Amino acid sequence: MLSIKNLHVAIGETEILKGLSLDVPAGEVHAVMGPNGAGKSTLSYTLAGRPGYEVTAGTANLDGENLLALAADARAAKGVFLSFQYPLEIPGVPAITFLRTAVNAQRKARGEPEMGAPEFLKTVRAKAAELKMDFDMLRRGLNVGFSGGEKKRMEILQMAMLAPRLLILDETDSGLDIDALRIVAEGVNAMRAPQRSMLVITHYQRLLDYIIPDRVHVLAGGRIVASGDADLARQLEREGYDRIVAEAA
Amino acid sequence: MNAPVKLDLRDVSTFPTRRDEAWRYSDFRRAAPAKIDVAPQVPWPEPGGPFAAIAGDELTFANGRMAGGQTGAQLVLEGGVQRLRFVTDATGGGWQAELALTAAAGAHVILLETYEGRGAAYVASAHLSFVLEDGATLERIVLLAEPADAVSVSIAEVALGRGSSFAQTVVATGAKLQRHDTSVLHPGQGAKLRMDGVYLLGGARHADLTTVVVHAGPDGQTSQLAKGLATDAARAVFQGRIVVEQGADQTDARMRHDALLLSDRAEIDANPELQINADDVACAHGNTVGALDAATLFYIQSRGVPESEAKALLTQAFVGEVLERIEHEGARAIVQAFVAERLEGLL
Repeated sequence: MLSIKNLHVAIGETEILKGLSLDVPAGEVHAVMGPNGAGKSTLSYTLAGRPGYEVTAGTANLDGENLLALAADARAAKGVFLSFQYPLEIPGVPAITFLRTAVNAQRKARGEPEMGAPEFLKTVRAKAAELKMDFDMLRRGLNVGFSGGEKKRMEILQMAMLAPRLLILDETDSGLDIDALRIVAEGVNAMRAPQRSMLVITHYQRLLDYIIPDRVHVLAGGRIVASGDADLARQLEREGYDRIVAEAA
Repeated sequence: MNAPVKLDLRDVSTFPTRRDEAWRYSDFRRAAPAKIDVAPQVPWPEPGGPFAAIAGDELTFANGRMAGGQTGAQLVLEGGVQRLRFVTDATGGGWQAELALTAAAGAHVILLETYEGRGAAYVASAHLSFVLEDGATLERIVLLAEPADAVSVSIAEVALGRGSSFAQTVVATGAKLQRHDTSVLHPGQGAKLRMDGVYLLGGARHADLTTVVVHAGPDGQTSQLAKGLATDAARAVFQGRIVVEQGADQTDARMRHDALLLSDRAEIDANPELQINADDVACAHGNTVGALDAATLFYIQSRGVPESEAKALLTQAFVGEVLERIEHEGARAIVQAFVAERLEGLL
């Protein structure tokens, strides 16, 4: 599914990722944990195709296809979805309009017919209800005046509508209280599927109590320095990053 | 009050130049030929135009002439929807026309005014005057859709009666030189004024939205919101001037202009101006020129929306705030669709 080899990424003159390698097989959930400044957000932005993140070496393939050669929108159409740590507000663009534009842009890119209004509305209503979102909220400007929890739910709703093959969750737990965290995690867990991979990027172990990973990787100094099963996350929570990072060095 | 120029296409000495303060960004004499032949009569245009879907009366000027051949008229509006179309079908040459409109006391009028250019390199000049009698309401919606090499000027002078309401929304798409100029004599006395505008410019197009509002008496309101964008090598001019004369107390006047500069070669000249000679007033103005937010663009693209479509979505939302203020629902929908289509072609 996702295969990253020897990835080097620089922002301006500063190299942030320094030879990161990582494989996420189909159907698996992998967590990437690491201290602040390790390069976690750089990894997620690089995979999603944000301008300004310069790949100086290495590859990142999704099902054998080189993601790094594609523009952000083309990657999305191939099935990449990044759930943002800080989702942006777009005044004047109703959430429902945004969703429909995105769904149909991806369908168009894949040569599929557009989703008609009745089918689209029916699907959105059902998925919004599952996430306990007030449908009227979707008529407002995207994320405008939304609370932190509502914004994250909106990310999960977009994810559910776009049905990506590779989900990247960037610090999805930040700014969430325990109830919101549970709802968001349930939304993510509902999307686990044999043909779908997930990369859960997080500083804290808390989220991984709700989204149980198959593998946990420690990112430090721009590389993966340790990998293990879900227990590794609990060990990190107990002992902090210092020891594992020091052992790896 | 600065009276607008009396432009006469037959007399080059009346052509304003950049040495005229009010025309410093739009040099008409430079853009127009010194000698302008009268555009010939053409087959009468099909009725309808951009606002065909809205039922109402229609008055058309084709190359500056009405159906009977006149180049000027006076019209008293008692209510309802009035379409006013200036249709140009000419290659070179020009026309000028004059129209005096009166909204009768207490009348509620929707004026749907369109400049529909089908030719090339013509010069057009329309001079309108509006009188709103006491308690009259007039919503004026103007669409300027002309060829890139046309020179087009539309000048209006507006006089408001006691308790009347004049609301204007101008959508300019530019030309070689396109100037939309509105001067309002505001008596206060409970009269309300809205002076909105949108410009959408690409290529080497030039559009100039100029407004002058003079509050001459107490207790008047003015609200102005202008937004626009310029890309490629286009040039936008926004000149908004509000004068509050001595004694025009309790005036409430607000002006905003926000613009997007989408290319290094484009230019936006903004000159918002408040001149206040009364003490007890509430006045404010703001002006910004910026670019589209790169982080927001990436967010939209990361959902699968191509860059040009993402830009269209953002710019549509940006100018959408102005269009939301159009009160007539049917007209608003038509203007929104017109703007969306223009933006798709621009970005």
